[in-house]
Amino acid sequence: MSGLDINGLSMRFDLPNGSSVQALKDVSISLKPGELMSVLGPSGCGKTTLLNIVAGFLAPTEGKIELNGHLVTGPDAERGMVFQKGALFEWMSVRENVDFGPRMKGMPKAERDKIADHLLEVVGLQDFKEKAVYELSGGMQQRVALARCLANEPDIILMDEPLGALDALTREKMQGLVLKLWKETGKTIILITHSVEEALLLGERLLVMAPRPGRIHKEYRLPFAERGVNADLRDVKKSEGFAETRDEILSMIWEMEEEIMGRTEEVA
Amino acid sequence: MTVLLFYLALFIGAFVLVKVIRGGMTSQKDFTSLKTVTFGDESAVRPDRAASIISVVVIFVIWGAFTGSKLIPIHVPAPFTGETQFTYTVEAEDGQRDDATIFVRVAPFGEKAEKFEVEPGEGLASNDAVAMTASRSATILFDKNDELKRKSGARVVAINGQEISADGSVDTGDGSVSLSGKGAILFTPSLGMQMNPIWLPAPEKVVERFFEIADEGYQNFTLWEHLGWSLIRVVVGFVLGSIVGIPLGYAMGLSGWFRGWFDPIVEFMRPVPPLALIPLVIIWFGIWETGKIFLLFLAALWIMTIAARAGVSGVNISKIHAAYSLGASKAQIMRHVIVPNSLPEIFTGARVAMGVCWGTVVAAELVAAQKGAGMMIIAASKFQLTDIVIMGIVLIGIIGYGIDILMRKAENWLVPWKGRS
Repeated sequence: MSGLDINGLSMRFDLPNGSSVQALKDVSISLKPGELMSVLGPSGCGKTTLLNIVAGFLAPTEGKIELNGHLVTGPDAERGMVFQKGALFEWMSVRENVDFGPRMKGMPKAERDKIADHLLEVVGLQDFKEKAVYELSGGMQQRVALARCLANEPDIILMDEPLGALDALTREKMQGLVLKLWKETGKTIILITHSVEEALLLGERLLVMAPRPGRIHKEYRLPFAERGVNADLRDVKKSEGFAETRDEILSMIWEMEEEIMGRTEEVA
Repeated sequence: MTVLLFYLALFIGAFVLVKVIRGGMTSQKDFTSLKTVTFGDESAVRPDRAASIISVVVIFVIWGAFTGSKLIPIHVPAPFTGETQFTYTVEAEDGQRDDATIFVRVAPFGEKAEKFEVEPGEGLASNDAVAMTASRSATILFDKNDELKRKSGARVVAINGQEISADGSVDTGDGSVSLSGKGAILFTPSLGMQMNPIWLPAPEKVVERFFEIADEGYQNFTLWEHLGWSLIRVVVGFVLGSIVGIPLGYAMGLSGWFRGWFDPIVEFMRPVPPLALIPLVIIWFGIWETGKIFLLFLAALWIMTIAARAGVSGVNISKIHAAYSLGASKAQIMRHVIVPNSLPEIFTGARVAMGVCWGTVVAAELVAAQKGAGMMIIAASKFQLTDIVIMGIVLIGIIGYGIDILMRKAENWLVPWKGRS
């Protein structure tokens, strides 16, 4: 079967003092090729752990993940990763960062250059090819990270709060770029975020996770990502159903947070 | 003490003077000049280049002033040299008195005092002549040629007409006169405040000596051989230390077995100063090149090992994960991620290691060597050739500073991303 299959995934961390933390409990998700899923949840709900297991950096204590019918056992070029920050290679130029994957595979230079040129144009950095990455702004660096991931032609892209370190304005622009890339490349994408609005805008499917133990709380199927492909994201935010869904999810997460932190009313 | 007061006075004087001169001028127009809070704002404190220049000049002025340098117009009082004289009055037991003159010649530092004769003159006491070198004193047995002998109860009662007691002294203007326990005359020419060249030669003497040694060499080797050998030892020791230390550091950063095995060794050896190993190295390897290079190898080894280990440990795990997700193999990650990522740390270590090696080689040469910068100054010190010692110290300082500048330049060129991720 094609697509991503997460089946009965559980993850328990054993701590040195003998106790253990159930980071994930019985998580099952199925993603069809080309689907865009955002994952939302309060801190400690295991979203990053989930992504690291899918990427192959962690082995689950129970359950299994299959991609296009074969079992995931470790990191692989078929599953690309975009990190929040700090994952670019400072000793390489923008171009060398982007063509890192093809270069490691031994692709000839002419071909690599074509891929890098094309992708840098897609993300709007064609004039920065030979610049050092540390000379770029945070938003530009994340665009390099996206291009680097795409250059490798992965089957699925895993994004771990890719826009979390950006300012609000840059973030909005980048959200549009992510949607554009999703539509143009048709990639399967899992995007982790802790911004409810971002999750709504960038999630064809939206997964709300609950903490202790990390589990799926609720799943939505949303029309906003599809709307956002061809429209201004600000209009999407004003469109039908957006505000209601946002409020519903916000109060849902608010309740979870209160359960963890204690109710604010009691403090007052 | 006097030097310190001088220095303080020049420091304050220059500060006030520069303030006054600058008072009329508008200062630089930049962002910092618009800051109203500068006290406590480290970024607003920039080195005043005028102060740096004056500071260096002041050091040479004080050096020159206290050594009677010809390059400096003003000096502190020099010790008395040249000719002077004073009269003494001698009294016999029966109260008879007579005067006679003592002629003194004081030769400058480093010159030999030559004896000379004077007319004895008339009377019971005869004139005497004495020669000495600056900053020494001389005992004058005035009665050797006198009729009135100390043995027969004669004693000196006055100098230049001034009464003198057994424990007192009389200032003649060019020195002071006192009486020894046995009644002989003791003349000490005034010392002034300048340094004896054996303690500190004038700057131009050091420069002269530099050109002389650059021309003729010292202790069977040219100056360039001395300095060159020190440098070669440092470079060879450092390179060997890096060749072993960097891979060892990588291994310690990547493998638990390596880290566990070498941790106690590295952690134990790191705080042992290389200088403390010199005696052992001499016992093992003798005083020839092997021993020195082995010592420098050890000095560089631990520093480079720790730097490489820190470089590997310091890699952001996101970078490693990203590289795996882009399909890189372990060897490719080593080559394209771990090694370049550790370069800034390795360069920091290399700068420290070069500094330590340079200090260690000089110390090792002080202990035992046939050639080298350290050997040059220790050999010179044995002959009290202070100018060579100072010249050597200045050259050692310049070379050490030069090494650090070169390392920093190399760092900027090879790892421009340092501190910018």
